[in-house]
Amino acid sequence: MIAAVGLVVGVVLGVLLHPEVPVALQPYLPIAVVAALDAVFGGLRAVLDGIFDDKVFVVSFLSNAVVAALVVYLGDQLGVGSQLSTGVVVVLGVRIFSNVAAIRRHLFNA
Amino acid sequence: MSERPTSATPVPGPWRRLRRAAAPRATRAQVLAGVLCAALGFGVVVQVRQTDTSGLADLRESDLVRILDDTTERGDRLAAEVQELEATRRELTEGSDRAAAAEQAAAARAREYGLLAGTLPAHGPGIVATITDPGSALRSTNLIQLVQELRDSGAEGIQVGGTRVVAQTAFADGSGGVLVDGRPERSPYVVTVIGDPSTLATALDIPGGVRETLRSAGADLDVQQRPGEDGVSLTALHAVSAPQYARPASPQQ
Repeated sequence: MIAAVGLVVGVVLGVLLHPEVPVALQPYLPIAVVAALDAVFGGLRAVLDGIFDDKVFVVSFLSNAVVAALVVYLGDQLGVGSQLSTGVVVVLGVRIFSNVAAIRRHLFNA
Repeated sequence: MSERPTSATPVPGPWRRLRRAAAPRATRAQVLAGVLCAALGFGVVVQVRQTDTSGLADLRESDLVRILDDTTERGDRLAAEVQELEATRRELTEGSDRAAAAEQAAAARAREYGLLAGTLPAHGPGIVATITDPGSALRSTNLIQLVQELRDSGAEGIQVGGTRVVAQTAFADGSGGVLVDGRPERSPYVVTVIGDPSTLATALDIPGGVRETLRSAGADLDVQQRPGEDGVSLTALHAVSAPQYARPASPQQ
């Protein structure tokens, strides 16, 4: 519940403040957001599995976002930034799908 | 959606577990999840807005290069298209010029053929020959001889009475006169001719020619030369009917 409230608060804050993303962060924010989405779905799945652990959630959330951004940054430095960000998005997308599938099986037995 | 405990669902059921996790409690886990979700929502909204407003300035170097390539290629394609269209336009303009020239030539030819076929009125220097035949001794052969003699000397248009003389014109003897294309003509016969006046007049005067023949038959020929701008006018027209039997044949190779 608090998580949902937090999500809403974050959206409202973003709408109200509409901050400018620093130019240096612009290529990495979308990847970080996708990674965080993956962490959130993973946490939801863990809740349903009964193995949710707040420490694991926080660490996975932060490390997912940071590592994803770092990988893309590294790719940019190596000259393969766009390809690598595509790869990261694909991997995270696959994970999100599998997590959502697990959640669906838990909730609807289907 | 109600709880449905089956063998596949662990006890307690997933919905109850979800509800229990969602129940607002001030545990560290709840607060942390809330904060992180707030960060996620914030990030999503910021990124969405960024994506909406981003122009070329936010793009990576490689993307910019790709866009530049695309634009250059597109420009090249459009330039080629422009060239093609201009060539087509030039062709069409020249084509219409040619068509206009062809139309003019065709009109000129139609005028010439109209004069030859007797379907257009004609005007020019020439002579007016008047045959008075009080004894009705004139035969169609005399007129045919007259016409032949005139053609021989370069007549470009001949009118006998009210009939234009063309290739198909026929002369026949009628009662008290001559039938020209079936139209009866009587004395005096007025023959209007376009051509060189002196040549035409001379041709009629040659010894043993038209004038002598007519005189021996008892008719009289009077020739008036009309040179220059005044000239003579051929007003009778020949009605051309579509050929019933003759068809154009392909030219022999």
